[in-house]
Amino acid sequence: MSPKTPSKLEKILRAGHLAVTSECGPPRGSDPSHIVHKAELIKNHVDAINITDNQTSVCRLCSLAACIRLKLMGLEPVLQMVVRDRNRIALQSDILGAASFDIHNLLCLSGDHQRFGDNAQGQNVFDLDSMQLLQTVRRMRDEGKFLGGDPIQRPPAMFVGAAANPFADPFEIRVPRLAKKVAAGAEFIQTQCIYNLDKFEKWMTLVRDRGLHEKVFILAGVTPFKSAGMARYMKTKVPGMDVPDEVVKRMAGTPKDKQAEEGLAICVESIQRLKEVKGVAGFHIMAIEWEERVPEIVERGGLYPRPAV
Amino acid sequence: MRLGYPSSIRIIRVPCTGKVDVLHILRCFERGADGVAVVGCREGDCHYQSGNFRAKKRVERARQILEQIGIGGDRVRMFNLSSSDAPMFVRFAQEIHAAVLSAGPNPIRAARPARGAPTETAARAMAAVNR
Amino acid sequence: MIVAERKSIEEIVEQLAGVRSVLVLGCNECVTVCEAGGKKEVGLLASALRMVFLQQGREVNVGERTIERQCDTEYLEEVRDMMDSFEAVVSLACGVGIQFTAERYPSKPVYPGVNTCFMGAALERGVWAERCQGCGSCILAVTGAVCPITRCAKRLLNGPCGGSTSGKCEISKDVECAWQLIIDRLKALGRLEEYERLSPIKDWSTDRAGGPRKIIREDLRS
Repeated sequence: MSPKTPSKLEKILRAGHLAVTSECGPPRGSDPSHIVHKAELIKNHVDAINITDNQTSVCRLCSLAACIRLKLMGLEPVLQMVVRDRNRIALQSDILGAASFDIHNLLCLSGDHQRFGDNAQGQNVFDLDSMQLLQTVRRMRDEGKFLGGDPIQRPPAMFVGAAANPFADPFEIRVPRLAKKVAAGAEFIQTQCIYNLDKFEKWMTLVRDRGLHEKVFILAGVTPFKSAGMARYMKTKVPGMDVPDEVVKRMAGTPKDKQAEEGLAICVESIQRLKEVKGVAGFHIMAIEWEERVPEIVERGGLYPRPAV
Repeated sequence: MRLGYPSSIRIIRVPCTGKVDVLHILRCFERGADGVAVVGCREGDCHYQSGNFRAKKRVERARQILEQIGIGGDRVRMFNLSSSDAPMFVRFAQEIHAAVLSAGPNPIRAARPARGAPTETAARAMAAVNR
Repeated sequence: MIVAERKSIEEIVEQLAGVRSVLVLGCNECVTVCEAGGKKEVGLLASALRMVFLQQGREVNVGERTIERQCDTEYLEEVRDMMDSFEAVVSLACGVGIQFTAERYPSKPVYPGVNTCFMGAALERGVWAERCQGCGSCILAVTGAVCPITRCAKRLLNGPCGGSTSGKCEISKDVECAWQLIIDRLKALGRLEEYERLSPIKDWSTDRAGGPRKIIREDLRS
């Protein structure tokens, strides 16, 4: 199928290449050099860079401004948008703002509850949910209309994505839920960090049984552990995260000064195994505050050089 | 047995400590009592199954309110004994008496200007005895 | 019922600085059932206030009264004579009753004696939980009679989110995931396939978002 948007990410996926995306968290301040520096580290090894939207409800420089910084560098941003902080007026308005800078990728998310962040006493919005945001963007793009029905001059040309967590509960609806996101208009999916590969493969089998892998590009999410402590934290403290005991054991059984290397090795092994899973269309590498090691992961994972499209 | 207990204690009989409400306890203090002991059956021995457990929670609530309003939560206590255990009753009576003496007079008596504070300094307490 | 919680005595005393007489006014409806503002609570608060004022060296006349409902004018009229002897009112009714009392007695300061919390039910004695947010447009028919607007921390209409773990919400292990409940219920009803229907974008104009709400029933008006 030919691309529907000018998105480079879309072109790569539709050409049948394994896509590689990564992500950068904006700074907790107004200095743009932080985001520029992170992007410089990874720009030659990834196709697009996600910019998180006040992740874990901790207030940061806005995703849209950081995406514009990437555009000014000639890079391909994926604008993450959570429905926690903005109502439908603000969401549509920000989509147009992003489109005016030719930001061509959008990831629609619910967002972590504000209780996890630095403004736990704040109000949340949730006027739309993530699926309804998908519907909204698709309507704006495909029909050229606002939610209210009025026409949009120069509709946003955005490749639209969503997140999927194969490991959250209840497992039995995780594939139906993906089907719902596809029905709502998702064209690509970036998954939660995958550590339990067996469970992910089981999920992918169910995805293929329903033919969903032919309707949506699934980018497998991976995050390298920096330490055994991080592995334990992810296992016990992060909701919806599935880290098998043997992975924690492997990290804990490695001497402290070698744990970072072991974490990278696990990540690379995961990529190599996941590359063989039918229906996996690429990788989303979330190296949390560890962007400098992304190029190495991409190279050792056999995903370098990146295709030119 | 003719055991003595502090003479300042006035006994009010109730059918079960489960009958005692937080409001009864507060009213005692409003009227000048220095302390209140709620004396019920041993836990698990309530004739009405759970009367003494209810009383225990109400005494706790009364303690909290008395603490909040500056009267002092330590002036009210719950005791549990068997109805035939007179020596134990005497011990409890002495205990609430001592607690009240250390807490001093109920500040409400001193604060009531019209009626004037009672002259006796000894503690006055009420005990609700379960029969 | 409307579930409320007692305010601390300290906060109520602060509200009553300088007052020489106060009526503690209870309500026999919801706040009585949830034991925050019925006759018994009126007695306790009045007794506690008297003791506080005495210790502050203030002579304050503290009156007690509990009426059937503070959200109906007929019952509020019953205390009209009594109102003359009090300078202020502490209402132990829900926020509705507090405001309605103030509307009926415009010259009397009316202070809240409770925090009005939610519309809920008693799970057991002493435990109440929220069940409805009064969005004005009920969707329980399609969610297996479990309300995601009330019970999902993100009020997701197409949940659950990725934070649902072992039936619990990401905000706390003590909070059930509403969408887990919905899915369990749909399954029990043999209607799990309905889960895949996309819930449309909600019209929130019947909710708080649309401004203060009012219902007019012409057939009932006199």
